[in-house]
Amino acid sequence: MATTSTRTSSPAAAKIRVVRPRDDRPDNRRMRIALGTLAVLVAFGIWELLTVLQVQPRILLPNPADVVNAFKEIFASPTVGADFTASGKELLYGYVLAVVVGIAFGLLIGWYRPVGYLLDPFVNFAYAVPRVAVSPLLLVWLGIGISSKIALVFLVAVFPVLINTISGIRNLDRQLLRTARCFDASDLQIFRTVALPGSIPFILSGMRLGIGSALIGVFVAELVGAQHGVGQLIVDAGNQFQTAKVFAGLIIFAVTGVILSAAVRRAEKHFEAWRL
Amino acid sequence: MRVGVDLGVSHESTGRETAHESGQRPVPRGQQRAVDSEDTADANHLLAEGVSIAYSTDGRPEGLLAVDTLDFTVRRGEFVCIVGPSGCGKTTFLNAVAGFLPISLGTLNLDGVPITRPGPDRAMVFQQPNLLPWRTVLRNVTYGLEMSGMMSRADARARALELVELVGLADFKDARPGALSGGMRQRVNLARALAVEPQLLLLDEPFASVDAQTREVLQRELLNIRDRTNFTALFVTHDIVESVFLADRVCVFSARPGRVVHEVIVDLPKPRKQEVRRTAAFIEYVDEVATALAKGSVVGDRPDATTDHEGEA
Repeated sequence: MATTSTRTSSPAAAKIRVVRPRDDRPDNRRMRIALGTLAVLVAFGIWELLTVLQVQPRILLPNPADVVNAFKEIFASPTVGADFTASGKELLYGYVLAVVVGIAFGLLIGWYRPVGYLLDPFVNFAYAVPRVAVSPLLLVWLGIGISSKIALVFLVAVFPVLINTISGIRNLDRQLLRTARCFDASDLQIFRTVALPGSIPFILSGMRLGIGSALIGVFVAELVGAQHGVGQLIVDAGNQFQTAKVFAGLIIFAVTGVILSAAVRRAEKHFEAWRL
Repeated sequence: MRVGVDLGVSHESTGRETAHESGQRPVPRGQQRAVDSEDTADANHLLAEGVSIAYSTDGRPEGLLAVDTLDFTVRRGEFVCIVGPSGCGKTTFLNAVAGFLPISLGTLNLDGVPITRPGPDRAMVFQQPNLLPWRTVLRNVTYGLEMSGMMSRADARARALELVELVGLADFKDARPGALSGGMRQRVNLARALAVEPQLLLLDEPFASVDAQTREVLQRELLNIRDRTNFTALFVTHDIVESVFLADRVCVFSARPGRVVHEVIVDLPKPRKQEVRRTAAFIEYVDEVATALAKGSVVGDRPDATTDHEGEA
């Protein structure tokens, strides 16, 4: 709050102008919502226009109404429950496993140097390989059931969590660590009171990035040999030139990602002050 | 030498426990040589004999001679300031006393016991506040007590509350460091160190990063607290006026490699008020320290002298 007088507690009472720094550009919530909505509407308009102008045949570029119909069709189909359950399970199990394993190993690798020396080669190797390329192997090893799909989701989502956790631990404020040592804190105490809370913001960033990866994992996992799933639904629709259905499937993925990311971002905001 | 307000004669020499418990123990000041043989333990509370420190930060084997055959003592209850040019090894020496850095040569004892590791008997007030951002002021102050497990949670909390009040932050005990000003953070830093009742309080330019007005206030408050709790302090600074205002004795370090080139016993009345800074005696002391400092720093004034803290941290 910018006040120009120290004598009056309320600037209004003194009838003077309340000023703000000239370079202050605060977040304008109302304008953000208005412009964001406008942009989406304009995009829909352009989309509609393109379909009206028949830039592409309708079978290649459906119009918004077609997509809405496709949604209706999807939700009316008898397999909708199975599709959502299958994809949801793959996403949930794979992602949760990735978060648990990623954080646990990240903390171990980051905190205990020897563990880091032991596992760094594997982490670096696995990080360099495009993880989805492992899916044929997983199919062979685990079969076409849900376990191979969960494994793939886990594999692609674990790395953002792992890498971020490691760097969170390795980039702790050395002065804070030294302060803890000064007070005779044991390694375990330092871990609990400095390392763990200090790396939470990094861990959350990793979790947020992991959501996007996990969604890629779900889709790729359902490319081959899936019975049900939103990804499989997209693949099927694509094969049958039902482009409107493809769009609908994409939107389902997108909405899931946006909601989950927003939830983690909320947590990140809460812990922002913990970043050193 | 002995000052009027000073508390007179010491009790008979005791072990560190007794002295620690009482805390209020009167101690003669202004004399480094032992008054009598029973008192040598107190006179050599911190004892450095022929201490050399050659250290390497980035794994280079040759190392850098930061401290050279240093002889140095701190008597129990004394407030000693080390003043020296940038990069003179004063922070290096303080880090050795804190136990962060081993010494290359010589003896470095606290109450006759060699210093081999950090410990709450030598709590440090760092130049940066180094507070845990996720803990409240009160919980930051209890930190040392929690880590050393020296008292129950309830006792630690009670003690921390006292100290938070002592440094004038009672209204902010539940605030997080992010909401505090630089000066307030340094008060928390100080309270946290005092909470563990250290044998020797180490201060590494604690007021260097606060503004000039706040610095004077904090200096005055440090002395106030000192009058009430009577801690022993080793205070490193490059601020001559600060050293004279605070210290019973100022040790002037030479340029690197650091050694004591001059000692000034500051015999100013206590409690020291801000006005003492304008007295002729004060100015003379400042002059004496400045002259010694100038002589000592001619030899090795380095071009990269600005890297003092980073280099020695």
